[in-house]
Amino acid sequence: MSATGHALTLRGLTKRYGSFAAVQDVSLRVERGEFLTLLGPSGSGKTTILMCIAGFVAPSAGAILLDGRDITALPPERRDFGMVFQGYALFPHMTVAENVAFPLRVRRLSAAEREAKVRAALDLVQLQGFAGRLPRQLSGGQQQRVALARALVFDPALLLLDEPLSALDKKLRAELQEELKALHRRVGRTFVNVTHDQEEALSLSDRVAILNHGKLVQEGAPSALYEHPRTRFVADFLGKSNFLHGVVGESIPGGFAIGAGATRIMQAVEENQRPAHGSKVLLSLRPEKIALLAEDEAADNVVQGRIGAWSYLGAGFALKVETADFGPLRVALPTWKAPIAPAEGLPVRLGWSAGASVPVVEDVA
Amino acid sequence: MRRQDAGWWLLILPAFLLMTAFYVAPILQVLAISFSEPQPGLGNYERLFTSESVQRVILTTLRICCLTTALALLLGYVLAYRIALASDSARRWWILAVLVPLWISVLVRAFAWVTLLRRQGLVNNALMESGIIAEPLQLVWNEFGIVVGMVHYMVPYAVLPLLASMREIDPRLLAAARGLGAGRFTIFRRVFLPLSLPGLIAAGVLVFIFSLGFYITPAILGGGKTLMVAEWIGLQILDLIRWGLGTMMATVLVVAILATLAIFSRVVDLRRVFGAGA
Repeated sequence: MSATGHALTLRGLTKRYGSFAAVQDVSLRVERGEFLTLLGPSGSGKTTILMCIAGFVAPSAGAILLDGRDITALPPERRDFGMVFQGYALFPHMTVAENVAFPLRVRRLSAAEREAKVRAALDLVQLQGFAGRLPRQLSGGQQQRVALARALVFDPALLLLDEPLSALDKKLRAELQEELKALHRRVGRTFVNVTHDQEEALSLSDRVAILNHGKLVQEGAPSALYEHPRTRFVADFLGKSNFLHGVVGESIPGGFAIGAGATRIMQAVEENQRPAHGSKVLLSLRPEKIALLAEDEAADNVVQGRIGAWSYLGAGFALKVETADFGPLRVALPTWKAPIAPAEGLPVRLGWSAGASVPVVEDVA
Repeated sequence: MRRQDAGWWLLILPAFLLMTAFYVAPILQVLAISFSEPQPGLGNYERLFTSESVQRVILTTLRICCLTTALALLLGYVLAYRIALASDSARRWWILAVLVPLWISVLVRAFAWVTLLRRQGLVNNALMESGIIAEPLQLVWNEFGIVVGMVHYMVPYAVLPLLASMREIDPRLLAAARGLGAGRFTIFRRVFLPLSLPGLIAAGVLVFIFSLGFYITPAILGGGKTLMVAEWIGLQILDLIRWGLGTMMATVLVVAILATLAIFSRVVDLRRVFGAGA
């Protein structure tokens, strides 16, 4: 399989059902060979967008372009996109080989060509010995791989994945995530994936587009989204986050300070993004960026609190620390770095640097 | 057996006794008579191989049943396909339209066909007035009339199992086939038809078995000229008082039905044919 992907552009894509807008004015570009994930909670419009790309749903407005060519009006069977459906949608009356051969048979390839391509596709997903089995004789992970082979066997312009891993148990999911990523690297095609699982989105994708209520909230590389969420929704949906409310006080070099109750919090900020003095700000602070400080340790920001609840997760502790000015703060602490054994009611000092938190905006509903 | 289970068995005991007394016992008696009248022995069954009239009745019955089954399946499939793909509200009306004929007496329906198909009936009159034919066609009191009436009766019995099996087909499979590049015809031939095959076989078995024992419709629409097995049995027993021959044919009919069921139970899940296992 050649390493030529195709670029996909969504321009002002909108889908209305009556007065309800499932997708509102989404513009997005997927580069050649890129792995893009549409991430959002259920009802965010991510699946509708995928169905528009696949051609099963006609958009109310906007255009879909493949390498600059408008394909909005093209029916799904003429788009030449591979698709892995939720639940895989393998044909139950066909063997694995027949399932994989289906798109080739439809395209009237000769029997010899079909056989060669089916073998190559099954090799690709490591299912060489399973050609003669029926889908119901396979495990969930194997079925998923058959669906992938079937979607890739005809060298599609684009591979669309609709919650490809959601039907699998957690361990298998992690395994197949790695496989899917390796597969993407091997075939070098453009992948568009839909998921509500933020971990899957972070680990698989070159780029993630986050959707909420049918709108594109933010897009970017996984690390950029995680480290610099623009809105409260993004910070909350992608991983866990604490939110600190405050009012902008004095400016300091490279940042500003906020007052919240009796506490003063330092926040680093780019010079051109300095908020106005006296305005309200919302800071997102990741639980793993908060440290438990010893008596004599110092940090940019120090907050006193008491452990309200804690749980042991093996690799780390998850603490809920009650503070006077910020309410409960979540703290994630690697087990090996925990200076104390957590106990309910234990007083602790929390510390984080000025660059650990990021200002975010409240989402407009 | 635990005592609790024994209690349940006691509850169905009356029904069991009733079935035995009024259903199983007469069938056994029919079997016995077929071997004992007019003389004990296999004389009646010998007729299967020697009597031309017996063979003719059986062949006529098989021919009519096969034709009826084929036509009812074809019409039923088209109807069921349409209903399966209809919207929810439309589907309710379609199903009602299919079921209404079931609630009308078979006698009424047979006579309705007679009035439509007879020499001065609606069909012949319309055809003659439009000048397509000069002489009225013989549409009733022959095999054609019987098949028309039986197909009409059987279509709902074909639609119901077909519809059940079509509605079990995951619509995502059809979408997947489309997404993989298949056109409508290919989707139907390679995905929909094979997946509805169990329903097709089930409907076929149901219609065929029902058709074998048809009595009223062939009696009225056949006009006594074309005899099917059930009418022939009635004739032997009621008019000719030849109990031995009549019961022999009845036994053959029961055996034929059981044999059909036995063969197809290897192919399809018969519980689905008769509505259980849902």
